[in-house]
Amino acid sequence: MKTAVIALYPPEPSAHLEEAIALSGVSVDLVGEEELEKVEALSPMSLLIIELGDQPLRRLRILRRIAEDSMIPILVVAVPDHIAALESERAITDFIVEPLSPSELRTRIGRLVSERGGGDVLAHRDLQLNTATYQASVAGSPVDLTYMEYELLRFFLENPGRVWSREQLLAKVWGYEYFGGARTVDVHVRRLRSKLGEERSAWITTIRSVGYRFG
Amino acid sequence: MNSVLQIRLQREYRSDSSFRSATVTAVDANYAKQSEFVLQTVATRRIRFVRLWFTDVQGFLKSVAISPAELETAFEEGMTFDGSSIDGYARLHEADMVARPDPTTFQILPWREQHGVARMFCDIYTPDGTPFDGDPRYVLRRNLRDAADLGYTFYVGPELEYFYFADAGPEPKVLDKGGYFDLTPLDIAQEYRRETIDHLERLGIPVEQSHHEVAPSQHEIGLRYDDALTVADNVMTYRLVVKEVALQHGIHATFMPKPLEDHDGSGFHLHLSLFDGENNAFYEEGSNGLSKLGGAFIAGLLHHAPALTAVTNQWVNSYKRLVEGFEAPIYGFWARNNQSALVRVPTTKRGKPSSTRVEYRSPDAAANPYLAFSVLLAAGLDGIRQNLDLPPEVGTNVFEMSSAERAELGIRRLPQTLSHALDELEQSILVRNALGEHVFDWFIRNKRVEWSRYQHHVSRFELETYLPIL
Repeated sequence: MKTAVIALYPPEPSAHLEEAIALSGVSVDLVGEEELEKVEALSPMSLLIIELGDQPLRRLRILRRIAEDSMIPILVVAVPDHIAALESERAITDFIVEPLSPSELRTRIGRLVSERGGGDVLAHRDLQLNTATYQASVAGSPVDLTYMEYELLRFFLENPGRVWSREQLLAKVWGYEYFGGARTVDVHVRRLRSKLGEERSAWITTIRSVGYRFG
Repeated sequence: MNSVLQIRLQREYRSDSSFRSATVTAVDANYAKQSEFVLQTVATRRIRFVRLWFTDVQGFLKSVAISPAELETAFEEGMTFDGSSIDGYARLHEADMVARPDPTTFQILPWREQHGVARMFCDIYTPDGTPFDGDPRYVLRRNLRDAADLGYTFYVGPELEYFYFADAGPEPKVLDKGGYFDLTPLDIAQEYRRETIDHLERLGIPVEQSHHEVAPSQHEIGLRYDDALTVADNVMTYRLVVKEVALQHGIHATFMPKPLEDHDGSGFHLHLSLFDGENNAFYEEGSNGLSKLGGAFIAGLLHHAPALTAVTNQWVNSYKRLVEGFEAPIYGFWARNNQSALVRVPTTKRGKPSSTRVEYRSPDAAANPYLAFSVLLAAGLDGIRQNLDLPPEVGTNVFEMSSAERAELGIRRLPQTLSHALDELEQSILVRNALGEHVFDWFIRNKRVEWSRYQHHVSRFELETYLPIL
């Protein structure tokens, strides 16, 4: 299994979940409710496992709140009685029903971790760009990019520290079929800076009468 | 693959050179990549609804919500809807229309109470895959292609003004005068404006500046320039965001051109420029920074101004804004530093030739941006094609001139009513071509009806003035 850091809530899992996890060979971090409140605390995690246990509604509420701010996949451990409630629950990525099989747990975790792209992450300081899911995040919070903003940011992350002219960026990021003109680059840089937020906008430097440099 | 797109491409690229087919493959592959980006984002971000947006001929935003499950089909085949209920789309024999989402416009909406709602703008096609003439977005695309054929990209920087009122009732109640928010020491609307700007930035719509306007309760948010199609989409989004934020705070925002008789109306000042690659085609060293081509563009705007006013100022109420004594222009002339000019050439920062631009000041905030940009571009390009000479700059106060003096300088008044404007519009081959026959005919028919309804109306002015004495 890929190395993955997994958050488990509640921090005192039931005995059979603890056993299944031990047998599956997956290592987990136990997180308390305060940590769940913080997007940054979850951002290094690849997966969050939530056991619905005897408080299913309360924990569904918690995970819905997490899903609003974070892109972390959520695996729910449920008992057969919970299944109906999960039908239209979009905040959940996957669920597993008790009695637990360690090999099933291991496989499901493995799928979720690799589906969510594990290795294809470009990063600069607290900015992460997952090229498998196209998702960007800053300090763990998602940043919603359009397709071209994503492509431009990916190019910058793959080619940091170098100065690129507008024409070069147009050719490399937009491609030859684009007829929008070189001003388009300025406009997209402005949009990217705005979405990254004020304190990070300086990561993209304007080099006067030449072009742009990232990082 | 997506059949509608293929049909469209076959039509557009019928001339069968190898370059063309290479372009088709590239466009097709791009659309596939962009749709994949959207589908993946919808899954990862747990999007529950995708709103498909398009605009009717009068500039009202229309929306169809689809679930993520339907999205792939929407990309491949488009979504069929009944066009006969959309203003300006209806044709008796062809009610069915197909909306195809433009994946480059995918954005998650930041203001929904519940998360998980995104939007995309659509292009409208007829069921056989032809772009629909009545789709304002297509009208603008067509005009932008004319500019591209000449080697130019058309950029627009818009400033939009609007009012906040206490409610949507027929008597406008301002927020920052008349005591409505007496107890608040701060300009409370500033808070709404800030929230609006936050949303806009998150939607990828950069804001250049914002401020409280001259009139009470009036605000302006200026957006950064972008290519005209993106800006038209942004203006549609902007108007929605402003109204949405107001709604959330229990007040009403309006882009009505002239809601308060004694105060300035809401303008939609447009900063226009043409770029030829990296070069601003309006800039030329010396000659005060304005190129010959920029001059010809202005000449084209001034020449066609009376004819295109019906499009940039499309409501009965629009003409209450274009009157003497306020900031809005009423005479067709140009100047560098004269706020009453129809066309201004703002002073650019030293060493920033790229910001040379032409500001067209008569449009109002309730115009259809796609159609307004289309006719302005067509007028400017006509000036370039005909190589029209730039008339002399008018620095003096035009209002103090006699009509003979104005006539001598070739200064014409903009139409004074919607009816005059429609008369001018009807004569214009240029505007007809820019809008296309379908939109042109529908627009005139629809606006004549609006004018006729207005003529039947007996106003408060008449009752107050005439009833006691006649």
